Amino acid sequence: MGIFDTLSFTFPELTLAIGAMALLITGVFLGDKSAKQISMACVVLLVGAAVLVLVGPSGTQTSLFDGAFRIDSFSSYCKVIIFGAAAFAILMSDRYLAGEQLGRFEYPILIILAAFGMSLMVSATDLISLYMGVETQSLALYVLAAFNRESQRSTEAGLKYFVLGALSSGLLLYGASLVYGFTGSTSFDEIARVATSTDTNTGLIIGLVFLVSGLAFKVSAAPFHMWTPDVYEGSPTPVTALFAAAPKLAAMALFTRVLTTSFSGVLTDWQPVIAMIAVASMMVGAFSAIPQTNIKRLMAYSSIGHMGYALIGLASGSAEGVRSVLIYMAIYVMMTIGTFAVILMMRRRGGMTENISDLSGLSRTNMPMALIMTVLLFSLAGVPPTAGFFGKWYVFLAAVEAELVWLAVVGVFASAVSAFYYLRIVWFMWFDEPAPAFERDSGPALAFAAWGSAILMFPLLTVFMGPLTQAAGIAAASLF
Amino acid sequence: MTESFAGQPWLSLITFAPLFGALCIIARRMMSRTDENGNVAAAEQAQIDNTARWVALGITTLTLLVSLGVYVLYDPALSGYQLVEEVEWLGGGINYKMGVDGISILFVLLTTFIMPICILASWDSIKNRVADYMIAFLVLETLMIGVFCALDLFLFYFFFEGSLIPMFLIIGVWGSKGTKEFGGISMPSRVYAALKFFLYTLLGSLLLLVAMAWMYAQAGTTDIPTLQNFEFSAGAQKWLWLAFFASFAVKMPMWPVHTWLPDAHVQAPTAGSVVLAAILLKMGGYGFLRFSLPMFPIASLDFAPLVYALSIVAIIYTSLVALAQEDMKKLIAYSSVAHMGFVTMGIFTGTKQGIEGGLFQMLSHGFISGALFLCVGVVYDRMHTREIAAYGGLVHRMPLYAFLFLFFTLGNVGLPGTSGFVGEILAMTGAFKVNSWIAFFAAFGVILSAAYALRLYRQVVYGEMTKDALMEIPDVDRRELAMLGVLMAFALFLGFNPGPALSVFSPAVDVVIENYNAAIAGVGH
Repeated sequence: MGIFDTLSFTFPELTLAIGAMALLITGVFLGDKSAKQISMACVVLLVGAAVLVLVGPSGTQTSLFDGAFRIDSFSSYCKVIIFGAAAFAILMSDRYLAGEQLGRFEYPILIILAAFGMSLMVSATDLISLYMGVETQSLALYVLAAFNRESQRSTEAGLKYFVLGALSSGLLLYGASLVYGFTGSTSFDEIARVATSTDTNTGLIIGLVFLVSGLAFKVSAAPFHMWTPDVYEGSPTPVTALFAAAPKLAAMALFTRVLTTSFSGVLTDWQPVIAMIAVASMMVGAFSAIPQTNIKRLMAYSSIGHMGYALIGLASGSAEGVRSVLIYMAIYVMMTIGTFAVILMMRRRGGMTENISDLSGLSRTNMPMALIMTVLLFSLAGVPPTAGFFGKWYVFLAAVEAELVWLAVVGVFASAVSAFYYLRIVWFMWFDEPAPAFERDSGPALAFAAWGSAILMFPLLTVFMGPLTQAAGIAAASLF
Repeated sequence: MTESFAGQPWLSLITFAPLFGALCIIARRMMSRTDENGNVAAAEQAQIDNTARWVALGITTLTLLVSLGVYVLYDPALSGYQLVEEVEWLGGGINYKMGVDGISILFVLLTTFIMPICILASWDSIKNRVADYMIAFLVLETLMIGVFCALDLFLFYFFFEGSLIPMFLIIGVWGSKGTKEFGGISMPSRVYAALKFFLYTLLGSLLLLVAMAWMYAQAGTTDIPTLQNFEFSAGAQKWLWLAFFASFAVKMPMWPVHTWLPDAHVQAPTAGSVVLAAILLKMGGYGFLRFSLPMFPIASLDFAPLVYALSIVAIIYTSLVALAQEDMKKLIAYSSVAHMGFVTMGIFTGTKQGIEGGLFQMLSHGFISGALFLCVGVVYDRMHTREIAAYGGLVHRMPLYAFLFLFFTLGNVGLPGTSGFVGEILAMTGAFKVNSWIAFFAAFGVILSAAYALRLYRQVVYGEMTKDALMEIPDVDRRELAMLGVLMAFALFLGFNPGPALSVFSPAVDVVIENYNAAIAGVGH
């Protein structure tokens, strides 16, 4: 395959990379007053990239760059959601950044670069491209976490994220080098061949454990979750909205691809590890969120819990399991975007509010907002008739089919516990006396994100769940 | 003519008509002008409230009428499911499938019949956030009808668990006052009750979810008729049965997982209590009969002693607890638990009398306990207390009320001539066929129910009127009379003439028993 043929398969990534550089140059010349236009251009780039993925040759499996990069239904499915989520993150930021005097042109460009990194992650089929993707993404995110450099909280979040992120990258690299040492290759296919053929390869398993630790950090699964609440709380809220959505999907997709393709031969070795990580994450997510009063911290624990549920699907290690991970993550990303849109609407005269008690009596002061939030919270809790329930159903189903009934039962208990703190927010919104009302005019972008997400959770996805499961099924099948 | 009528999606229509009504009210509410604190001008608020009331009443009445039409299309002589609709939903054997048989059709009618009464009962007594209240009730009706019509286990679960949300809001928002200490936190007791209701039932039904996933993995579908004929291995049945039991026993509720019910009943507004007692509790019994008995017959037989034991404890113990209550609603709530004990006992005897008795008891309890909660609501609306001690001698000021209340009290006791008698005697006959000791202990429940029900009646209605506050209490008005009168008519009709209802149950129950006996004969029990 000639270089031009190869490049033609990577149009979405090229669009982002070249677009980001061009916009960076433009921004340097025009300065911060062009921030708004650059934001719009970035959204257009992301949407364009998503469209390119959709019209691209997604049905076939194409390996590029000597097997380092693969275009298949799995990567396309993830990329569309990642680009969409990143576009929403940019759209939802404008108002917040303007309010906090943070309207700098680098902001959307960093998000595009992160999206580019995530796109590499979901297509990576080689340990080197894997690391390249992870780092491209992470470096952009470190800067974004510390974007409000005047704020101590934000810089602390950035630093914490960076230090712990570097540690996890170290673990990842160490694992990668062990795997390379014991298999003689960095290519996933080659690793898979060795892992299937040899009886026991202790070195490979040790390398795998390091790889899993590094990736668990990226998806913020317990016990590698410590950074999450602090980073979520300290980062500017729209950045948190980004963190909670797209990077989680990208890391989870990478996790899935590594384990189910290159290490499928040693499924029995990693299945208990992933199952334990899932249990730990669900428990941390369920119990630690209960005493939280800051809604961003609460969402951090909630996302740890959600990663636990998604990992149940991964622990099954089957095509069914991968499908359930993809369905779960898609629904998770959609409802997270909506929830953060509502959090970004929590603005009173004098600035943003982040306490759960600020939502008191919302159903009386702002009925539409309360309705949206209620739908999203029940969806996060996984209660029918919302879409969150379907996500849970598919992961539990995958676990049961893989004869991990105990894992499904643990998941069920965790979700009953976690229902409590989601209900607590509902209780504040519906049962309590009203707190002062929020500002009404929150701009079209936030309203669109919040309404769109709530309507997707109920009733749109409830009725049209079939197409999503089908798409996820096709995507999952391309890994097996 | 009938053919083309029967081919229409009538069940979906009655299921989703209330939801449509809710959407209308939401739309009206969204169109109102609000100031920046979300307040609406008083005049417009009153207008919205009134619209909401009338829309809710209109839609629930319409649903009732259409459901009566559905009953006309339904042929009670046939066994098997009728008016079946099926649309592809999630793919892979999980479909949107609706249909009714002899077991479910009367519960659908019970639901559509109780709902307009609930709306009427809330007409004046709910004063704040009327539109939201009506929306919650209409959504609840959709979910409840859906539970009884669903012919797909996944769809059933979807409605079953979804019904928690509106009820949670009804108890939490429109519940009564008072605070409660729990775990060091002081919270309004309605919030406590709402959370307890939600979490208790959620935990129970989540186990059902895992069981459902397992069944789907085995059978490749969640289609109820298919699963009913799918023979699960005896070992698997045990676990599946327990998972389903966890869910339905909490919903029913059976002793010892009944403690959420008194809290929920006491805190809920009158209509909320009515729906809870008349319909939501029946979902548990319906589930036992629709799933546990037909799908896991061997496990049902094996676990029957457990069910009998729990039922007997419920019948005797909660009756005794009811004797000690000082809150009218709590007393009736405990009496509900006791009466549901007859239902579970009857169903798991696996005999025709037992199962039909259980079904009939549920139907009858729907009318009688609903009416009793309405009776409490009548005096609560006037005096704003549910304490038994706050009343006395009401017969002097409220003769009509005294008569109605007496009738339903006796119905609750199971006096021959009321529908309560038929269900209890049938359930006990069924139990007697299996084991006379069970029937012996269950009979204590009848005696005890007379004790607590008549004690309640004596203290509230008889005696001298000594409380000054009661001197001016007015008798039931026309609205209340209409609601209670209709319920009384049904309780009497079913009491003197249980044949029609039993003949509707009969074909479906025969099928259940036939399969049950075949299955247990197959394993040599």
